Amino acid sequence: MSGHSSYQPQNRLLRWFEARLPVGWLIHSSFVAYPTPRNLNYWWTFGGILSFMLTVQIVTGVVLTMHFTPTATQAFDSVEHIMRDVNYGWLLRYLHANGGSMFFLAVYIHMFRGLYYGSYKEPREVLWILGVIIFFLMMASAFMGYVLPWGQMSFWAATVITNLFSAIPIFGKGITEWLWGGYAVDNPTLQRFFSLHYLLPFMIAGVVVLHVWALHVVGQNNPTGIDVKSDKDTVPFTPYATAKDGFALVCFLILLAWFVFYIPNYLSHPDNYIPANPLQTPPHIVPEWYFLPYYAILRAIPSKLIGVIALFASIAVLAFLPWLDTSKVRSARYRPLFRQFFWIFVICCIGLGYLGSKQPEGLYVIAARILTAYYFLYFLVILPVLGLIERPKAVPASISEAVLPKGGAPVAAGAAAPDRNG
Amino acid sequence: MAATDTAEPSRRDFLYIATAAVGAVGAAATVWPLISQMNPDASVLALALAEVDLAPIAEGQIVTVKWRGKPVFIAHRTKKEIEEARAVPLAQLIDPQSDEARVKKGHEQWLVVVGICTHLGCVPLGHQGSYGGWFCPCHGSEYDTSGRVRRSPAPYNLEVPPYEFASDTLVRIG
Ligand code: HEM
Ligand code: FES
Repeated sequence: MSGHSSYQPQNRLLRWFEARLPVGWLIHSSFVAYPTPRNLNYWWTFGGILSFMLTVQIVTGVVLTMHFTPTATQAFDSVEHIMRDVNYGWLLRYLHANGGSMFFLAVYIHMFRGLYYGSYKEPREVLWILGVIIFFLMMASAFMGYVLPWGQMSFWAATVITNLFSAIPIFGKGITEWLWGGYAVDNPTLQRFFSLHYLLPFMIAGVVVLHVWALHVVGQNNPTGIDVKSDKDTVPFTPYATAKDGFALVCFLILLAWFVFYIPNYLSHPDNYIPANPLQTPPHIVPEWYFLPYYAILRAIPSKLIGVIALFASIAVLAFLPWLDTSKVRSARYRPLFRQFFWIFVICCIGLGYLGSKQPEGLYVIAARILTAYYFLYFLVILPVLGLIERPKAVPASISEAVLPKGGAPVAAGAAAPDRNG
Repeated sequence: MAATDTAEPSRRDFLYIATAAVGAVGAAATVWPLISQMNPDASVLALALAEVDLAPIAEGQIVTVKWRGKPVFIAHRTKKEIEEARAVPLAQLIDPQSDEARVKKGHEQWLVVVGICTHLGCVPLGHQGSYGGWFCPCHGSEYDTSGRVRRSPAPYNLEVPPYEFASDTLVRIG
């Protein structure tokens, strides 16, 4: 962010205001003049999509709260009331429920993008860790939100997840009873989850501000993974990034709309339309799709305590990634070996998701153990070792050299064409 | 403290440490009510007793009652089930405990256990699984006719709640 002088509004009143609180400058320098690498591809549009989805969740959530009653006796009925009686209640609820899912779809793509292009490496470690914190808060919000409609799946998801803490030696029981406010999941649990479900998204919004700030301090990574060296390597955020982000957002919203209007219950479970019953567990309980890989890891391990540790470790390990990957080359484009292991890792995560939805029996358990092993080996062994033994391909001298026609002169169409290389 | 170069701790150092210590105690005292309010409250604690009439429970039947918001299984065990539970050598158990220690003397046919899987809290299904006791649908733990865990991931036996026989046909849980 350069000096304040770069932005001067025409309007006198705005100039008066700008001299007292330079909001216009902040917006202009962050989202208009901000230089973005000229070779960003569509995988870079998910940050904008995520910000938009957070807003969607907050707006629909605030409105749902106007009709929702967070008590064990009334929550289920009030959700049905939203669905049947409230004007456009069905729309708001389906937007919020499917919006949660789409939010996770976007964050997973955003994270795999980072893994592929080495966006977690020096100097973006703090940026990356802030992202891991956002991800963790998102999981907590989505989990607590899922409990609110107080159906069978809500109740048993709350039970199984809070019981993870009972694995802690000695204090486990006390901690779970403290979390529940009772001896089992019940009304006090629902009420506190609602309170936190309302709070956490605003904490996420706060961390997002830090995340974007950190991004603007170190600058964006790009598909080549090499640093911006001159003005030739960048284009201004507006119109280039705004147009591209906007287009991607519209495509993404079409997907969301398809879910909301055509298959609004596809991603949820029919059992959640049965009111919570503390005396009966549904025959087949599974979490929402976005938690399935972690659920598979939990169940792959026969010991309760170690299963729970593995579950948390599988997320925590992400925070250490900047130091586990020993290669200096960022982008997978120039890392032939890494690229193969990366794609195996992607398949491994999808496979874990599939296994998380299956009963933990026979071959499924064995497969889940193999994939869990790969998940951890990828971070703890493969990445550290690869950096030492791999011979990366030659990295171009600059972004413009990589993407502009020979001679390097910026051509008129140069900013739009390089996407082909993505 | 960093600002002082003297080798000996000065009176100012002492003041800093004393201030910080008092501040820390004050902060802890302020935070405690915020944490403690989440514990089970008085109304929850008050609901801690349940009475069950055993007369209608036929031999071989398991009934589920609610105690402190949790399911409690009351199993009227058959002779065969009791014998099976007592025949197992303790060394074979994941959480070794004799059947005798899990029931009341003179009331061996009655098994009273909290119906919550010790893995992650699902309610196991009665008369299922390979040990004739319970099978947990969530992650596949199995329990025998004494409610003892026979197949992981559950680490412990089904918990025996505090209870007493008020008469031969009336049990008081809690
Ligand atoms: C990080 C952003 C958020 C995520 C991922 C999220 C996720 C969820 C999910 C998965 C549900 C369950 C939907 C269902 O199955 O019915 C839910 C319900 C709910 N959420 Fe959120 N939420 C977010 C933000 C918010 C905010 C900011 C508020 C309030 C200000 C809110 C208020 C509610 C209410 C009242 C319900 C219960 C009604 C219902 O079940 O549709 N949410 N949330
Ligand atoms: S909760 Fe019973 S096996 Fe996991």
